[in-house]
Amino acid sequence: MLIIHCPNCGERHYTEFRYGGDANRKRPAHGSGGLAEWHDHVFVFDNPKGAHREYWQHVLGCRDWLVLERDTATNTPGVVRLARDEVAQR
Amino acid sequence: MSERYSAFSLARHALTGAPWPELWRKAEPRKGYDVVIVGGGGHGLATAYYLAANHGIRNVAVIERSVIGSGNVGRNTTLVRSNYQLDGNTQFFEFSLKLWEGLSHALNYNVMLSQRGQVVLAHGPGQLDALARKGNTMLLNGIEAELLDRAQLMRLLPYLDYSPRTRFPIYGGLLQRRAGTVRHDAVAWGYARAADRLGVDIIENCEVTGFTQDGGRVTGVRTTRGEIRAERTAISVAGHSSQVAALAGLRLPVESHLLQAFVTEPLKPLVDHVISFGAELFYISQSDRGGLVFGGHIDGFNNYTQRGQFPKVQTVAECAVALMPAISRLRVLRHWGGIQDMTPDGSPFIGRTPLDNLYLNAGWCYQGFKATPATGWCFAQTLAHGEEHPLIRPFSLDRFAHGDGLDEYGLGNWTWKQ
Ligand SMILES: Cc1cc2nc3c(=O)[nH]c(=O)nc-3n(C[C@H](O)[C@H](O)[C@H](O)COP(=O)(O)OP(=O)(O)OC[C@H]3O[C@@H](n4cnc5c(N)ncnc54)[C@H](O)[C@@H]3O)c2cc1C
Repeated sequence: MLIIHCPNCGERHYTEFRYGGDANRKRPAHGSGGLAEWHDHVFVFDNPKGAHREYWQHVLGCRDWLVLERDTATNTPGVVRLARDEVAQR
Repeated sequence: MSERYSAFSLARHALTGAPWPELWRKAEPRKGYDVVIVGGGGHGLATAYYLAANHGIRNVAVIERSVIGSGNVGRNTTLVRSNYQLDGNTQFFEFSLKLWEGLSHALNYNVMLSQRGQVVLAHGPGQLDALARKGNTMLLNGIEAELLDRAQLMRLLPYLDYSPRTRFPIYGGLLQRRAGTVRHDAVAWGYARAADRLGVDIIENCEVTGFTQDGGRVTGVRTTRGEIRAERTAISVAGHSSQVAALAGLRLPVESHLLQAFVTEPLKPLVDHVISFGAELFYISQSDRGGLVFGGHIDGFNNYTQRGQFPKVQTVAECAVALMPAISRLRVLRHWGGIQDMTPDGSPFIGRTPLDNLYLNAGWCYQGFKATPATGWCFAQTLAHGEEHPLIRPFSLDRFAHGDGLDEYGLGNWTWKQ
């Protein structure tokens, strides 16, 4: 079972969370970018076999969005941080 | 080389005790081929077979990093059917079902097609209307379909829960009598043997680690057993499409997800159809050995582990018991996972790529096994002529850029958005 260490609530089964996909994707600024750029942003995935940064929302807990590092080849979870802290650092 | 199977060869082996030859040669990679196919799953092998059988292109190699049958072709739940609603899908999957119907003869290998019929259930009047519409689409395309009401279903499938207290009452269903199951291992072995008999080299335990290129043109593959030149190169690696395409510098609209399947201890014959629950993705059939075979949704987040998460086991068991309370005490005997490509619209990509001489067959989600013969047939023609077979044009790699997504069920990789 994938267990995610929520910074607010502690260790919880992944079923308490909603998956939110690759956290490395950056949306092109509104009004910028051509069709190809937007197409790739929406439809194309890196899909790595190994390290992956991804969003999870703790819907059955604190409801915060988190960023989890997970190895997609083993499902071993790594560092978890609040998504808003990640964004603040950008 | 494997010999032709017949009543005569059976009698000869029985009387003389002569050993049966291996199904395909253990080929060593040669320096170059007309076509190199990366991935020896059902799709890769079928493509090689139809290249040789339909187009006379026999200088072909199938490169498999593991052994034949170790991928999804040996992990799926073996359902074949052609009850699809959307133009593009309907015709393609019906073409595939027709090929299944002649496959044992074409390959001279019994793939054990069992056309036991598939029933999709409706648990409300709106759902039954939607099934009627799907049935009409099928009929308009010359595919047989029967809408069954509750009373008919009670006669046909008496073991389902029709009690007044059930959570998901059964209103009716859509039956496709020609749908059913095929023995999946036999499909891999049968295509491998038939391709080998026509001269195709099947090279196992050989991983493709890169592509050789010459100014935007792919000229062959790098493998753990050396470089192999190819006039045309085809990628057909199921759950690892992103990985292998990345070796050629391509990014795909694909995520790799885990799908689980289950089989119970054997029972006497009980479930004589394939049944698809209508309240959640869940389907069940009974194997020749007596085990109930069933499966559900993907786990819900991209990964390559081939080991499923427990909550999915629970969901699937809940569906099974909601549908057939009588099996609640049955024990699950085996349970496994496979990694399949998931695409934003749940449909595959087959055809040319932005790189010359590189062809792609990828993005097969839940429906890839039943597509095996049609994919092989159409992909082989595409490789032979350098242009897509008409049946696979809806599966183009650039369809999202044109607003041409082909979303049959809303079952793509974005599970959290559905
Ligand atoms: C649990 C489960 C149940 C399913 N049930 C059904 C069903 O009921 N009906 C249905 O229609 N479909 C079903 N599917 C989907 C179907 O099995 C797949 O879509 C289909 O088998 C994929 O095509 P394939 O047979 O060629 O794949 P595979 O057999 O996976 O072949 C791909 C091959 O590529 C090889 N490969 C990967 N990377 C490399 C490399 N670098 N070099 C060389 N070789 C490489 C792999 O080793 C593998 O053997 C199911 C899938 C799963 C996982």
